[in-house]
Amino acid sequence: MTLPVLLFASYADAFGARTVAVPVTMPCTVADVVLAMRSIPGGEKLPARPLVAVNHAYAKPDARVSAGDEVALIPPVAGG
Amino acid sequence: MTGQPATLPLVAITHEPIDVAALIAAVSHARVGAISTFLGTVREVNDHRPVTGIDYEGYEPMAVREMQGIADELVEEWPGLRIAMIHRLGTLQVGDVSVAIACAHARRAPSADAMRRAIESLKARVPIWKREHYVDGEWTWVDPTNSAAPMASQS
Repeated sequence: MTLPVLLFASYADAFGARTVAVPVTMPCTVADVVLAMRSIPGGEKLPARPLVAVNHAYAKPDARVSAGDEVALIPPVAGG
Repeated sequence: MTGQPATLPLVAITHEPIDVAALIAAVSHARVGAISTFLGTVREVNDHRPVTGIDYEGYEPMAVREMQGIADELVEEWPGLRIAMIHRLGTLQVGDVSVAIACAHARRAPSADAMRRAIESLKARVPIWKREHYVDGEWTWVDPTNSAAPMASQS
């Protein structure tokens, strides 16, 4: 299946989109999602270990991702 | 935020100019003896480049959740702390207030310490990004992890 992943700021520019459909086999982990994104055009611009959020909370690489989860890649934050 | 008692901690994302007086009013209370405020404003120069404005973008539901988490941690560390924090998104000009924090406590040390911790935590954790525009027409997404050489730049 494909998992929609939200993109922001520099990552949205890299992929040329605010959301990308990432091909993954469920269930999977955060690391699996990032790995799958590297083969999508723009994915080569991702850093070695991009931050990922699942359902509005930072998630570690081994965290489980299930269908229906809201997954987002988080560029280096720069608020303030 | 106006016209009715605020529920604390007050955390919010706004696309409008920040009402600093309302933020201070939200944390004011008869038991409070000190209110520390922090205002982040758009600076005219960054890394030696003249800045004309900044676009702020945020992952709003997560930003609110992270700000709430920061506020809860501070209240746990300093019981009785009354905190309000609000971040503005959208296009801001030099001098505009991008973030405002008010921390009220019976004593000045917890008030000031919590205010400092709040802004440092916000800058480290809250998913908000800024794209700086320069007088030469170029722009860059600011990357605090690599301030000497921003990761994305386009004219």
